[in-house]
Amino acid sequence: MAEPAFAASRRALIDPLGATLAAIVAIAFLFQPLMLLRPNRIAPAQGAFAWEALPGLQPMACGIITALVVLILISRADARLRLAAAVAGLVGLGLAVGSGASHLLPPGSAYARVAPGAGAWLALFALSLATGDALVRLRLSPSGRIAALVVAAGVLAGFLASGLWSDLSVLREYASRSDAFLRELWVHAGLSVFSLLAAVVVGVPLAMLLRRVATLRRAALAALNVLQTIPSMALFGLLIAPLAWIGAHVPGAAALGIAGIGVAPAFIALFAYSLLPIVGSTIAGFEAVSERTREAADAMGMTAWQKLLRVELPLALPVILTGVRIVLVQNIGLSVIAGLVGGGGLGVFVFQGISQTATDLVLLGALPTVAMAFAAGIVFDALIDLSRRQETR
Amino acid sequence: MIDFDSVSRLYGDRPAVADVSLRVGTGEIAVIVGTSGSGKTTLLRMVNRLVEPSSGRILIGGRDNRTLPAHALRRGIGYAIQGHGLFPHRTVAENIATVPSLLGWDAKRISARVDELLSLFHLDPALFRDRMPHQLSGGQQQRIGVARALAAEPPVLLMDEPFGALDPIIREKAQEDLLAIQKAYGTTIILVTHDMDEALHLGTRIGVMDAGRLVQYDVPHAIVAAPATDFVRSLLGAGDRAFHLLSLSTVEEMIESGEAPGAAIPADMSMRAALSESLWSRREALPVAKDGRVIGRVTRAALERRGAGPQ
Ligand SMILES: Nc1ncnc2c1ncn2[C@@H]1O[C@H](COP(=O)(O)OP(=O)(O)O)[C@@H](O)[C@H]1O
Ligand SMILES: [Mg+2]
Repeated sequence: MAEPAFAASRRALIDPLGATLAAIVAIAFLFQPLMLLRPNRIAPAQGAFAWEALPGLQPMACGIITALVVLILISRADARLRLAAAVAGLVGLGLAVGSGASHLLPPGSAYARVAPGAGAWLALFALSLATGDALVRLRLSPSGRIAALVVAAGVLAGFLASGLWSDLSVLREYASRSDAFLRELWVHAGLSVFSLLAAVVVGVPLAMLLRRVATLRRAALAALNVLQTIPSMALFGLLIAPLAWIGAHVPGAAALGIAGIGVAPAFIALFAYSLLPIVGSTIAGFEAVSERTREAADAMGMTAWQKLLRVELPLALPVILTGVRIVLVQNIGLSVIAGLVGGGGLGVFVFQGISQTATDLVLLGALPTVAMAFAAGIVFDALIDLSRRQETR
Repeated sequence: MIDFDSVSRLYGDRPAVADVSLRVGTGEIAVIVGTSGSGKTTLLRMVNRLVEPSSGRILIGGRDNRTLPAHALRRGIGYAIQGHGLFPHRTVAENIATVPSLLGWDAKRISARVDELLSLFHLDPALFRDRMPHQLSGGQQQRIGVARALAAEPPVLLMDEPFGALDPIIREKAQEDLLAIQKAYGTTIILVTHDMDEALHLGTRIGVMDAGRLVQYDVPHAIVAAPATDFVRSLLGAGDRAFHLLSLSTVEEMIESGEAPGAAIPADMSMRAALSESLWSRREALPVAKDGRVIGRVTRAALERRGAGPQ
């Protein structure tokens, strides 16, 4: 009897997940460099710990904030306090990284680059998880989660606009190609979203047709499955030859932008990858509508269209949206590969960066991609919850 | 009101319903009873054309039910099934409003009708209007299912084992509600059940189905007194026949003059309940009261004679 009570009371003193994250934060601060300094953008880097990278009393402030955040995360503090600590930690990290970059950069050197080091990335990772964990514990409503995302985006935009980070290497890379960046950002988002929309426009009606014919459905799902197993690089590549041929031989095709390289193969490949999850989740969504409910719709005197629009689609919607979420996040990631086949997008920077061994340029492409995928996931999770009316209200 | 004219329905070459003819008069409750698989559901679903007959025809108010498009026909026929079949993504009010909104009623009329029906089924509109079906008990869901079927005041109501999933007490309450509603609206009802007690309690006429055939269709008294086949007899249950018979009439029709000891029973008590009361309270005769006044008595001997079968 006494033993479980003892164990419970011991467990009550520390928070297991919080303690793990706090340990990562502490290790990041004490044993990993906050910043990396390079004489030029492709030279090897040299690490600088927080107390080396920050001027004046800032190392002490940084240490105190870290200690407080660590203590709060370890303790059984309630979700609000944990959230406040994690957010304060993130903002402090943002300030420290900006300040470290300005401090370390030798005055007048046009070539030197300062980037966040392993300590900064580790702390970012742990504090983001702690923020997410606190938000989950707060049990925010779907609109609350979107509001949290908007606030986070606002803070990020504030940092970028304030110039606090302008000495960071990634932003140096951005500054020298800001026009190209904005253009490729839009191409990237456009490729991801429009290939998804095309897949929805084709896939949802296709699924509704397939649903009625079992043999056709099995054949179609098998074919789509095979398509899905082709590695994405290969699929992009496979499309080059046929599209080049079409572009050269079908009148008018070239005028539409269909060619071996460029946006067309990227778009078609993304579309092909999107189709299976959309068709599959639509079929699953409709199958989740019970026979009894369908029959009730008939018995009430609904026409086939009324049954579809008022009963079947609303009930299938959460499952369909789950498929759309998967596809959107997947497309945002896959669109990077469009950069390889001349399709544009943020992949352009990633592959340029790889070929020049310029890590900062790779990050200029990768970081916004991750942020977009992350935001899309949060927005769609909220939409899915909102559409699941029968369980949430 | 509803005429089945030599209706059959085949699945493959097996008849689920075989050559059934019957007539349900306006305002009647016809109860179709039979064992599982005897074709009751198929018979019922042919009325609103969820199933089409293989041969024969069904007339509603003298018109073949195939003259209207199926969806238009169904909007004029209420349909309530076991396990309710409510739309899980719609509130109670939206569920009840299904047919009225298909018929294009204006919002005010719909919401007044929803509140009226909720009150009729003893559910506080303010409390239940905006609930989702999963927030209701089984009995409440069942009532909303019947309310939805009645929403557009259909002249005909079809019910397929509507009380099958309810516990005995709630079930009895639901049966009383149904009788009250039928009186209030004069709805013609066809109800399917496998429970002979329920059939005897609710039906103005009872049809007994056996392997797709209608083996007897008559008033409850005749079913009990003169079962047409051994199958009907077995449905009635060999041990309960006298009690079935007694349960069909009230003591009012057998009051005689005279004195009796003890507390009076009401004149609308069934003979079955009166016999039970007489046995339990060890009284050979019971006083009968109507409107609070004792108007005579019933004797156990007379009750026993009413429960006797043919010689
Ligand atoms: N859609 C169908 N396809 C094939 N057979 C059916 C179908 N519906 C009912 N049946 C068969 O018809 C017979 C009567 O079924 P049903 O009307 O549901 O009986 P009950 O309602 O009296 O239990 C059963 O043997 C059943 O298997
Ligand atoms: Mg049945």
